[in-house]
Amino acid sequence: MCGMLGSGFLVSLQIFSLTLLGALPLGLPVALARMSKVRPLAAIARFYISIMRGTPLMLQMFAIYFVPYYVFGVSLTTDSKWQATIVAFIINYAAYFAEIYRSGIQSIPRGQYEAAEVLGYSGGQTFFRIVLPQVVKRILPSITNEVITLVKDTSLAFSIGVIEMFTVAKQLVASQVSMLPFAIAAAFYWVFNLLIDALATRVERKLDYYHD
Amino acid sequence: MTDASEKDVEQAGAARTTQAAQAGAADGTRAAAPTKSPIVSVRHARKAFGSVPVLRDITLEVEPGEVVAIIGPSGGGKSTLLRCMTLLERLDGGDLAYGDLAVAADGVYGNKDVLARARSRFGLVFQNYNLFPHFSVLRNVMDAPVVVQRRDRAEVEAQARALIAKMGLEGNEDKVPCQLSGGQQQRASIARALAMNPEVMYFDEPTSALDPELTAEVLRVMRGLAAEHMTMVVVTHEMSFARDVADRVVFMDGGVIVEQGPADQVINHPRQERTRAFLAQREA
Ligand SMILES: Nc1ncnc2c1ncn2[C@@H]1O[C@H](COP(=O)(O)OP(=O)(O)OP(=O)(O)O)[C@@H](O)[C@H]1O
Ligand SMILES: [Mg+2]
Repeated sequence: MCGMLGSGFLVSLQIFSLTLLGALPLGLPVALARMSKVRPLAAIARFYISIMRGTPLMLQMFAIYFVPYYVFGVSLTTDSKWQATIVAFIINYAAYFAEIYRSGIQSIPRGQYEAAEVLGYSGGQTFFRIVLPQVVKRILPSITNEVITLVKDTSLAFSIGVIEMFTVAKQLVASQVSMLPFAIAAAFYWVFNLLIDALATRVERKLDYYHD
Repeated sequence: MTDASEKDVEQAGAARTTQAAQAGAADGTRAAAPTKSPIVSVRHARKAFGSVPVLRDITLEVEPGEVVAIIGPSGGGKSTLLRCMTLLERLDGGDLAYGDLAVAADGVYGNKDVLARARSRFGLVFQNYNLFPHFSVLRNVMDAPVVVQRRDRAEVEAQARALIAKMGLEGNEDKVPCQLSGGQQQRASIARALAMNPEVMYFDEPTSALDPELTAEVLRVMRGLAAEHMTMVVVTHEMSFARDVADRVVFMDGGVIVEQGPADQVINHPRQERTRAFLAQREA
């Protein structure tokens, strides 16, 4: 039983890792677009973020699963559900990360930009050497929160039929007429989040060498 | 050539004479130094925020080695002038030049390259320091020379350590700004600006965030720089500093230079009523 849950957990872990791998970087251009002085670009980013945060992730998964079929006539294969899940998770979480990045970037005092400008740093140098490291420290708690939510959200893939840990647990509960698989699945999520928490605390402590 | 230089001296007027006299007293080489063209010159500068004019036809030149104090009531445009001279704000009209480098002519600015070259010629010290909080003191001082000027790291580090020591911050190289007092942070930010080897240093009320004791530390290092003939433009409310250290005092109010001249003259014997009123209020 634990073996089956374990292999289900590996699938959840894949959703989790692929989402972070895609959404953490993707959030940055979205945040920059959202803050852009180019109005249409900012409007598009704002709209995108609003849809992603304002509708359920589950519906987004279904939309991404079915839209290519209905609109473009692309035939659905066995991989389609998995692909739709990963894409939906990435673009959904990128929107949340983008808003966190934006709040972090906007919290950096103007004086930092001005000091950098007078010293002759280019825009890119200012962002990557001066601004971003300070943003990372400021947003780390919010990012940790979001990551912990993501661990639990991976169970939403159940609804589209991806066999991740929660799907496995539900099947086991039905076949064994026991709630134990749910309890074990819960333990998996919880322990994994404890690990994330421990990691976040370590990173936070590492960045604790200064405050501003 | 000689004629032109002499004319320059005449045009620069009383301020230079005093400066030369003071320098002569401190160190004989200065008075004998050949006259150079101004390090920075602002001509007929205009700047408005929206419909509110903040700089109205400002003309100011700063000679090499000169210490200019800018004083005046709040809202008079002192910071705006400094921000325009340091390219943080743009003039609406008028000229700005660093030596022979024309930065803006009639409110039209040069390209990126021109602005970058101009930036390499000045340093700016902010009222609230604006050190980079995530960098150590040493890294704050070293980073721009290495990254922006692409100078040799070892050479920069030697200079940075010397500057830090000169600012009285020896032993604090590896601390981060939040571990320092305000006065120490301000001195670190002066070191940061000096590490770029600027031709002129601007200070915008460098001590107004500090209590008197810490103010004294910062003013001491600024006096030191003046004694070494660092060219400086200092916006300050410290009248004693302006009187004792500045060669020339500029009184600004309502976006215009109301009066300027040798420090002693402007502060002790102001000619304009507005200057008198401002100084009287300061003393009270
Ligand atoms: N970014 C801005 N936008 C709009 N108005 C501004 C801006 N910066 C300055 N001002 C206005 O311009 C005028 C001059 O301001 P400035 O900061 O140059 O004065 P100051 O002489 O430095 O005063 P203080 O002694 O208080 O520092 C003020 O009326 C101020 O409100
Ligand atoms: Mg000011």
